[in-house]
Amino acid sequence: MTAILRAESLYKSFGAVNAADNINVSIDEGEVIGVIGANGAGKTTFVNMVTGYLAPTSGKLYFYDRDITGFNPKSATEIGICRSFQIPQLFSTGTTFENLMVAMGVAEEGAMPFWKPLDTEERMARCEEILSRYEILEYRDQIAQTLPQGVRKLLDIAMASVHNPKMLMLDEPTSGVTAAEKFSIMDIVVTALRQQDVTILFVEHDMEIVSRYATRVLAFYDGRIIADAKPEDALADEQVRQFVIGETAHAIAAG
Amino acid sequence: MTSAFKSKLLYLGLPIALALGLFMPDWAIFLGIISLAKGLVVLGLMLLWRTGLVSFGQGLFYGAGAYTVGILPQYVPISDAFLLVLISAAGAGLIAFGLGFLLRRYREIFFAMLCMAFSMIFYGILVKSESLGSTDGFNVVQTSYLGYTPAEPIEMQRILYATTALVAWLACLFVNRYLGSTMGRLTRAIKDNELRVEYLGFSAKVAVHFKFVVAAVLAGAGGALAAIAIGHVDPEMVWWIQSGEFVFVTILSGVGNVIAPLVGSVVFEILRTFAIEYAPQAWQFVVGGCLLAVIMFLPGGLWSLIERSREGRDDGNSAR
Repeated sequence: MTAILRAESLYKSFGAVNAADNINVSIDEGEVIGVIGANGAGKTTFVNMVTGYLAPTSGKLYFYDRDITGFNPKSATEIGICRSFQIPQLFSTGTTFENLMVAMGVAEEGAMPFWKPLDTEERMARCEEILSRYEILEYRDQIAQTLPQGVRKLLDIAMASVHNPKMLMLDEPTSGVTAAEKFSIMDIVVTALRQQDVTILFVEHDMEIVSRYATRVLAFYDGRIIADAKPEDALADEQVRQFVIGETAHAIAAG
Repeated sequence: MTSAFKSKLLYLGLPIALALGLFMPDWAIFLGIISLAKGLVVLGLMLLWRTGLVSFGQGLFYGAGAYTVGILPQYVPISDAFLLVLISAAGAGLIAFGLGFLLRRYREIFFAMLCMAFSMIFYGILVKSESLGSTDGFNVVQTSYLGYTPAEPIEMQRILYATTALVAWLACLFVNRYLGSTMGRLTRAIKDNELRVEYLGFSAKVAVHFKFVVAAVLAGAGGALAAIAIGHVDPEMVWWIQSGEFVFVTILSGVGNVIAPLVGSVVFEILRTFAIEYAPQAWQFVVGGCLLAVIMFLPGGLWSLIERSREGRDDGNSAR
């Protein structure tokens, strides 16, 4: 397997707080990584550093052996690391269709981006196809700020996916949606992204989601990775049960 | 408003309306030229406005265009109006290109005030430059049009009106095309969510920089045409009140369509002319009152009136 992403001795501190404390990890192509941890454990900080929102205090990040430490969001996106957000980042006054069209236009922009029309029939047809793949076509003409949370999440991920990413980082893709919706959202997202051969890393608090969709789990605690294993092993880990899942020492001792 | 109707307006309605302007009475021709020249500046402001940016310093580029028309023929044997407008617009664009590296990092009030600061620096330089006529400015030499030099002043004015109308129409076509492109559609996107634009792989700063340059090019062209029409340039063209007037007209016009700035500019010039004519002691009161009324009752500007009437008609048709 080829390593798509490698972090070496990654540190990030905010004053006296170490949000990332010597993170060393290598992620292979095609993996579906579930990132777990309590609030403030450093999960989103890790995603923010990889996607260029935050620069590490020290350490290195490699994408296919290319040093990407300190890349900005635009550069990270251009090389194929895209992301969605815990709070969906949409163009609030545009419709679902317009949001995705702009994303597609930017992704496919070549020379003369200020002159070639965005709304070509071919692109519009593909846009509808993608909306259909993410099962949000019925919301095509609805203004983004009025969309239900689940639809906003899916649209956010669909917008991130049109850049043909090699790696997609999903920050809490099912947060804020009903329990009934969670699995259907993940089914839609994972199915769509698998068709694109995308390596997926998703931050998640719901252990059922992690068990079902991740092929590997990274558990964060206090800025460190305390477990890096298959889901069943990681979720059985004593430290993970104590610091991430929040079981009491008594419950852990009882098995 | 349907896109078919918008296309009809732009490709048919606007050129016809501009051409009809040629038949205006002599006294109104000058008003028409100035309206359209300033409309070009407002068209550029519309681009920035849609991106969530307001420039209180477009007078800088308007004045730069005007002074280029005044200065250039003194040193280079160029008198062709088309060439002068082209060079003036390019010069203003070049200034904006340089300033843009700083300004593109700022948003909201900081962007607005920095624009004004640069325009006031330019104003200060002009006022202190005796070789440029200081506060009095200087006269602009008569221009020719593709080798033809009109003999009569009114003939010259009508040819200049036709030139200005042509430039204004071409500018509208360009801006309309631009707004339909990927980069153009990022105008509202940047206003809505700059972070998302970056994470789509496009630099919001580059997009803002480009719009700033386009706005400056349009302002430079407007300034050049106004200078030719007036036959004189002075630092008042760069003064912050002039920049404020452009912002005023942008609010009056609305930013719903590329034609709106031209309509708004014409309405403003007519309003001001008649206000000065009939209330010479209180014309600012009239103009200010109108702005207040527009903000309170037409927050989308005059263009929203056209949109509303069109939507009303569309609803009526669908009801039938």
